[in-house]
Amino acid sequence: MHAPPSIPSRPVYGTLTARPGRGHLMVADGEGAEALLAMVAQAEDASNLLATAQIIYMPGPNGTDLSDRLQALTPARFHRSPSFAAALPRLQKVLADAHMGLQIYAAGSEGLIGQVQQQAMFAGLPWQAVQTEHRGSTVRRVQCVHCKGITENVRTDPFVCSHCGLNLFVRDHYSRRIAAFQGVNIDAEDPGLVPPAQERFA
Amino acid sequence: MGLDFNDETFRGDYTFRNSPRAIARFPFPFPEDSYMYSVNMEPHLPGRPGSVFEHVFDVDEHYVAEMRDRALVLAEDPLRCQSLPHMTLAGWDLLELIMVAKARDYPQWFSLTQDGNRWHWVIRPLQIEQSFTFLDETTLPCGPMEYITRQTQGDFTLQDQRDDNLWIEAGMVTTQADWSLDFDIGMSFHEWHAPVPLAHEMRVFDRALKFLLNLQLGAPVRRFNWTMTVDPLLDTSPENYPKWGPSKTTMTADTIGHRQHLRVELQTLHRLPRSNAIVFPIRCYLIKFEELVTVPKWARRLHRVVRDIPDELATYKGFIRNKPLMLDYLSKYDDGAPTSPGIWAD
Ligand code: HEM
Repeated sequence: MHAPPSIPSRPVYGTLTARPGRGHLMVADGEGAEALLAMVAQAEDASNLLATAQIIYMPGPNGTDLSDRLQALTPARFHRSPSFAAALPRLQKVLADAHMGLQIYAAGSEGLIGQVQQQAMFAGLPWQAVQTEHRGSTVRRVQCVHCKGITENVRTDPFVCSHCGLNLFVRDHYSRRIAAFQGVNIDAEDPGLVPPAQERFA
Repeated sequence: MGLDFNDETFRGDYTFRNSPRAIARFPFPFPEDSYMYSVNMEPHLPGRPGSVFEHVFDVDEHYVAEMRDRALVLAEDPLRCQSLPHMTLAGWDLLELIMVAKARDYPQWFSLTQDGNRWHWVIRPLQIEQSFTFLDETTLPCGPMEYITRQTQGDFTLQDQRDDNLWIEAGMVTTQADWSLDFDIGMSFHEWHAPVPLAHEMRVFDRALKFLLNLQLGAPVRRFNWTMTVDPLLDTSPENYPKWGPSKTTMTADTIGHRQHLRVELQTLHRLPRSNAIVFPIRCYLIKFEELVTVPKWARRLHRVVRDIPDELATYKGFIRNKPLMLDYLSKYDDGAPTSPGIWAD
C-alpha cells in the first residue's frame, strides 16, 4: 500500500493575495505569519486591508511564534491563541457571523489550513472560499482509520495512534471533510513486525 | 429460509459456498488472458437469461445471508451508511429505481403497489412489508437510501454532480474491497480514486469522468472490478483490517482451494431522474478457487492473469504475498491450451 509521492487527494496550496472584500479574516500559525506579512506588503491598499482585517494567530507545531510582528501591523483586531483548539470557538463565531464579501485566508501548517477549510464548510461556505498558503512545519494531522481518533502533529512514519495505540503508517490520501491524512495499521498482517519510525515530517 | 436462498455465513465459521448453478453463472471478469486498467464500460443492457446480466439488479441465492451480514456490520459501525443532508432526494430516486425494477423482474419475491404517492412494498424472502408515502421520510423507519440498501445486495454510493465533477456524498458500504466511505465522503472523482496506481497516468480517470458527466437517464452502464480475498469475508474494510489482515498469512497449499476467493465487483452506473445524481451500485461476487477451477477455461485464464499481472496491481490489490501460492495451485489447471475470447465458459 505504498502511495506515489503525490496523489490527487493531497491538497495543493497557493500563495495568498489580498482580494477586495468588505472584511478579511486571516488565520495563521507559526511561519504562516510570514505569508500574511508578505501579502500585506504586496497589497495595493494595505491600510484599507488592515483596517478591515482580523487576525487569529497561534504558535506553530514547532514553537515558532511571530505574534509581535503580526501585532505590529495593527489590524482592526488581533487575537493570539495558545492553540487551534483554543481558537476554535472564536473562529466558529466569526464564520457564523460572516457576511457576503468576507475574504478568508489561512496560512501555516497543513493541519491549521485544513481545519480552517473544514470550519468554513461547516459554516456553509465553499471550501474553495479559503485562500491557503503552506509555510513552516510539515507535521501531519492523521486520522486512524480503525478507531477514528485524530493524532495531531505526527512527525514519524510509522507512528503510534494516540487514541488506540495501533502502529500506523501515514498515507498521502487526504480527507477535506475530516481535515486529516489517513493512518493505517502497518503490522496488521504480521503483528509486532513494525519497521523503525522514520522522521518524515518536521 | 426456503429453497431459493442459502443459509450461510460470511464470517466466523464461513459456511458460504456457491451451488453448481451459481458457479455456472459467476461473472468471470476477464475477457482475455491478461489484465490492465482501462475505461472498461459498456451499456448495462439485459443480458443472457440466467446470467447476472439478465436483470438490472441481480438477486441470487446469497441474498438473504448477505442482508443478515450487512445488518451485523451496521450494528457494529453505523458510519458505514452515511448521507449528507442534500442527498435525500437522490436516496428516493434510488429507492424507486430498485423497487420498480425488482417488482417487475422478480414478481415471485417482490411486489410494489403504487397509488399516487402511497406505496406498498413487499419482500417475501425477508418478510418485509411496508406502506409508506413516497418522498415523505417520516413514513419510513430510516432514510430512503438506508432503507432500500439494507434490503438490496451490493454496496451503493450516490454522487452529486456539480462544477463539472462528481462528489461522493452518500453511501451504504459494507462489502468493500478495502476503502472507507467515512474517509472518502465529500471527495471528488479524482480525489477518491487517488490511491489507485498507474490508472491516473493512463488518463483512465480523466476519460471515465468525462463519460460519466454525460451519462443519460435510462442508459445505465456497467464495468467489472476484481480483487482477491482470503476466506469469504464480505466486510474487508480498512476499519477492520487488523482483524482480517492476519488471515492472509495462514493460508497453505492444502487450504488455498477452499480459502482463496476471486472477488468480482459488477459495478453499474445510473443517472437518477429527480436529483440528477449518479448511483453506483457495487455488487460483490465471491468464488472459491476450488469452485472456479471446475470451469477449465476460467482456470487457465486466471492462472495467466495472476502470473502476468504487474506487481503494482498485485500490491495494491493486496495479494502479492500469496501470489506464489496462487500460481502453484492454478498452474496445475493450465495446460497451455488456447482460450476462447470473452468471459463465458465454453
Ligand atoms: C462514480 C462512481 C465510482 C465510485 C464511487 C468509485 C469508487 C472507487 C473507490 C472508492 C476505489 C478504491 C480507491 C482506494 O484505493 O481507496 C476505486 C477504485 C478503482 N476505480 Fe472507481 N469508482 C467509480 C467509478 C469508476 C469508473 C467509471 C471507473 C472506470 C474506469 C473506475 C475505475 C477504478 C479503478 C481502475 C480502480 C482500481 C481498482 C483495483 O485495482 O482494485 N471507477 N473506485
